[in-house]
Amino acid sequence: MKDLEDRQERIDNLKGMGCSRKRVEDARFTQGKGKYVDDVNLPGMLHGDFVRSPYAHARVKSINIDAAMALDGVVAVLTAKDLEPLALHWMPTLAGDKQMVLADGKVLFQGQEVAFVVAKDRYIAADAVELVEVEYEELPVLVDPFEALQSDIVLREDIKDEKEGAHGPRRHHNHIFLWEEGDKEATEQVLDEAEVVAEEMVYYHRTHPCPLEPCGSVASMDKINGKLTLWGTFQAPHVVRTVASLLSGIEEHNIRVISPDIGGGFGNKVGVYPGYVCSIVATIVTGQPVKWIEDRMENLMATAFARDYWMKGKISATKEGKITGLHCHVTADHGAFDACADPTKFPAGFFHICTGSYDIPVAYVGVDGVYTNKAPGGVAYRCSFRVTEAAYFIERMIEVLAMELNMDAAELRRINFIREDQFPYQSALGWEYDSGDYHSAWDKALAAVKYDELRAEQAQRVEDFKAGKTRKLLGIGLTHFTEIVGAGPVKNCDILGMGMFDSCEIRIHPTGSAIARLGTISQGQGHATTFAQILASEIGLSADSITIEEGDTDTAPYGLGTYGSRSTPVAGAATAMAGRKIRAKAQMIAAYLLEVHDNDLEWDVDRFVVKGAPERFKTMKDIAYAAYNQAIPGVEPGLEAVSYYDPPNMTYPFGAYICVMEIDVDTGEHEIRQFYALDDCGTRINPMVIEGQVHGGLTEALAIAMGQEIAYDDMGNCKTGTLMDFFIPTAVETPHYTTDHTETPSPHHPIGAKGVGESPNVGGVPAFSNAVHDAFRAFGLRQSHMPHDHWRIWKTANDLGLHG
Amino acid sequence: MIPSEFEYHRPGSIAAALAVLEEHGDDARVMAGGHSLIPMMKLRMADVPHLIDLQAITELKGIAVEGGTITIGAMTTQHELITSDELAAAAPIMREAALLIADPQVRYVGTIGGNVANGDPGNDMPGLMQCLDATFTLQGPDGTREVQARDFYEAAYMTDREDDEILTKISFAAPKGGQAYEKQKRKIGDYATAAAAVILEKVDGKVASASIAMTNLSDTPVFSADAGAALVGSDCGADAVSDAVSAMLGDIDPTEDNRGPVEFKKHVAGVILRRAIERAWSRA
Ligand SMILES: Cc1cc2nc3c(=O)[nH]c(=O)nc-3n(C[C@H](O)[C@H](O)[C@H](O)COP(=O)(O)OP(=O)(O)OC[C@H]3O[C@@H](n4cnc5c(N)ncnc54)[C@H](O)[C@@H]3O)c2cc1C
Repeated sequence: MKDLEDRQERIDNLKGMGCSRKRVEDARFTQGKGKYVDDVNLPGMLHGDFVRSPYAHARVKSINIDAAMALDGVVAVLTAKDLEPLALHWMPTLAGDKQMVLADGKVLFQGQEVAFVVAKDRYIAADAVELVEVEYEELPVLVDPFEALQSDIVLREDIKDEKEGAHGPRRHHNHIFLWEEGDKEATEQVLDEAEVVAEEMVYYHRTHPCPLEPCGSVASMDKINGKLTLWGTFQAPHVVRTVASLLSGIEEHNIRVISPDIGGGFGNKVGVYPGYVCSIVATIVTGQPVKWIEDRMENLMATAFARDYWMKGKISATKEGKITGLHCHVTADHGAFDACADPTKFPAGFFHICTGSYDIPVAYVGVDGVYTNKAPGGVAYRCSFRVTEAAYFIERMIEVLAMELNMDAAELRRINFIREDQFPYQSALGWEYDSGDYHSAWDKALAAVKYDELRAEQAQRVEDFKAGKTRKLLGIGLTHFTEIVGAGPVKNCDILGMGMFDSCEIRIHPTGSAIARLGTISQGQGHATTFAQILASEIGLSADSITIEEGDTDTAPYGLGTYGSRSTPVAGAATAMAGRKIRAKAQMIAAYLLEVHDNDLEWDVDRFVVKGAPERFKTMKDIAYAAYNQAIPGVEPGLEAVSYYDPPNMTYPFGAYICVMEIDVDTGEHEIRQFYALDDCGTRINPMVIEGQVHGGLTEALAIAMGQEIAYDDMGNCKTGTLMDFFIPTAVETPHYTTDHTETPSPHHPIGAKGVGESPNVGGVPAFSNAVHDAFRAFGLRQSHMPHDHWRIWKTANDLGLHG
Repeated sequence: MIPSEFEYHRPGSIAAALAVLEEHGDDARVMAGGHSLIPMMKLRMADVPHLIDLQAITELKGIAVEGGTITIGAMTTQHELITSDELAAAAPIMREAALLIADPQVRYVGTIGGNVANGDPGNDMPGLMQCLDATFTLQGPDGTREVQARDFYEAAYMTDREDDEILTKISFAAPKGGQAYEKQKRKIGDYATAAAAVILEKVDGKVASASIAMTNLSDTPVFSADAGAALVGSDCGADAVSDAVSAMLGDIDPTEDNRGPVEFKKHVAGVILRRAIERAWSRA
């Protein structure tokens, strides 16, 4: 008993995996002591600001910088002409397209960068922006992707005659690619012969990740030693270094990229923006450090948006509700340049996870990418690449099919789930799902909310509504989502040619503490807390004695960065693997110290113990010291390890979410009465961090589903460029969430963890949206597009004749 | 979001503030809480070479309830309106409305004077002031004059106030009867999709007097005398309320924005007014 207690105490002291360790980052963040890019201030630093296009489509006839240059304190005004000799007036995008850094002859979206003003202080820069005279000739605007594919108006004159794009043939001058997966013929045949087919256009509107901190950079060229240092809001600092080297010709060892504290990314900070490039050029030209920090409106109008997918779906089933096939065609509005952040081979990301949690024998997906006069982007806003779109699509199609079948949507899901015994499961669109137990999660969720009682209450409500006793309807929003995260085998996932592995490098110090550096970068996820926990459990040193460092390319090992919920699946695995290398060497050292053979030792929490003689042991602390002060034959001094982890497969977290919503049909207002979220992210590293991630992700999902959008008028003016109109929920709008879990470890991941940061956004959006739809199901509503703000809900009610 | 250069003045008295206004004419503008003005300056939609901060002028602050008349200094913050028990007792609708303005941070600094002088149709206080039939006191180089809230608003951001005048105080008679302020908005910190201020006096089960004003449904606040008249003499039953709503709908002229199209706003205006009337009547 005493031994057991002692062992438990040693486990507790580690603060390893499974415990709700408090976030070590929060001490500085809650005291306002975080150090962000805008906190970098260097002697002699200059400030950059953009002249941006007020038009969505216009020819740039002339740019006159004389008045701006004449203003006291203005150092330079860069235009495309200045960047052209350096071949930097255009830059490659992550999606194989190219993008103007500064307007080269024309502008293609409102807010596009036209000129970069560099001045001695931020105020002078802003004044100078007003003095740059740009003469525009307005051109007709295309904001509708369907119209763009028919129109004679040529948006991208630079590639107008190119028939071949980065992802195959282009069939129209505003067409980017057609990307297909699955068996089209077989799917069409199944649909033709099916007993029941449901068909619907599901639009997932354009929105924006809108991180609290907007984007920015500080570039500093040291002309004496030839080194460029670049601080920036980068979710992938190592890739930025490589790109900066390739673009600038500066050797990679002479570039140091630092991502300091980052105030949220959500995909917005994966790409490379003109501001970064201009700050680099400006520091090279002036020899002084140059800072560029965008404001909120610039962030919303000009940096990477998310979604904007028009998904036309057909789903077929037997009369009993067994799904037989799924067909999907997407018209994807990419804006003016194709700047999606997707692995190279996947121009629509992992959208083909759109068969969701269901065993669908045959499926086809085709995605047409289209240019329009909107800001470029298409990033994974808190989801793996296009997975939120996919989850929304299938979860809407299931609801529509349930209506077609006149069947309960929970039951329809249940009879179509991939069964536990089918894992690893090969999907019709080419994925191998690693593990899952959907039926158990679903039953647990339905029981938790008392599903049958809710349905009875809803039926009564409909009666009452029809009898004029109430003006409120009740919606029950169901979702069972399957994510695909952790890109991701290097053999099929790369970004700009860089394989999507990740890395961890560990150094154990003589007194038994450690530093671990990773190729990822936290933007609020709490890496410094959770990665130390993984390591604590692997190497037996307390998490409190382990420093986690990321984001400085001079010190951290190369990695592909943090997005797509990949940090835990990939860098977390690298951390465990590097820890295991440490332990292997530690075992040799312990064997030497205890004068036994390696095989006579076994690992016990924080020490190696001689088998059968528990009183003879060496703790990791003892071993660390010995590693530095003993000459051990055949063993090098020191205790360090590096792991570059190339995952064998992606991981497939899943979850069951249920939202209960009251809707006022007269005003379009809603109230969320209950939200239940069950997540299965495999092995749980820190339950408290998971809960925090789920709360945050659900709140973003709430925003997206219920009001948040990037909207344009017919002239291509962005109508939602401020937080007055771009919806970010406050504590008042945010409902209470009930979180729950099941735990199905990933069989191929060293610690079985799957990633969770993005699940709540992926599963949350369909749960909220389905609740709205479900409220009107009794009145025949099949599809109404998000965001479900007051007037759109009101319009739904009005169109259904509910206003009398 | 960087304003152009401006000179900052912080006078200690109304007279000193007027002197600065007079000296710089069109180039000068007074600032109260700055929560409407500063965003405009940052967006460079307002160019104010001389900014006159009224924060140090103590004579512009304070709430007084005397002999049935309520007087509120222009520099009284919305937060102070909410926390004054005296005001809440004399005119409960003031607290109810102020709590629906913006969010606590804004209300700590934003003032009633700024809210009514601004002329933004989205501001909640102007409609409420019309409902209360308040009087605004303006002080300029030629002395002091009074204007009725119901005559003050001309168009969006255009009021009867001359550029060289300062709004010093607001006064109104303590309202009699049941009061309600009802507002629909998209989120905390949002201006109204539609809002209604209603005061109803009940005598012998009938509406003895009614005052109704609407917010953010035209380029000025809308005092709807006809809507009020439709209720007077009735028992505030369904027909009378419907007549009041119809009358109100004839007076408003909403425009489409991100909150929704005109048709929607009119519908919501009707719903909100009904609810406000119901609540005011239940309190009358
Ligand atoms: C996020 C946000 C949300 C908001 N939501 C709402 C809302 O829901 N409802 C609402 O009503 N308001 C809202 N507001 C506005 C807020 O209430 C403002 O504070 C108020 O409208 C203006 O008051 P102020 O003291 O800040 O005035 P300021 O911004 O200082 O001034 C506004 C204008 O009035 C003039 N002015 C100010 N004082 C005087 C005076 N004594 N004499 C003459 N002219 C004067 C100024 O010159 C300026 O033109 C919101 C503001 C923000 C930032």
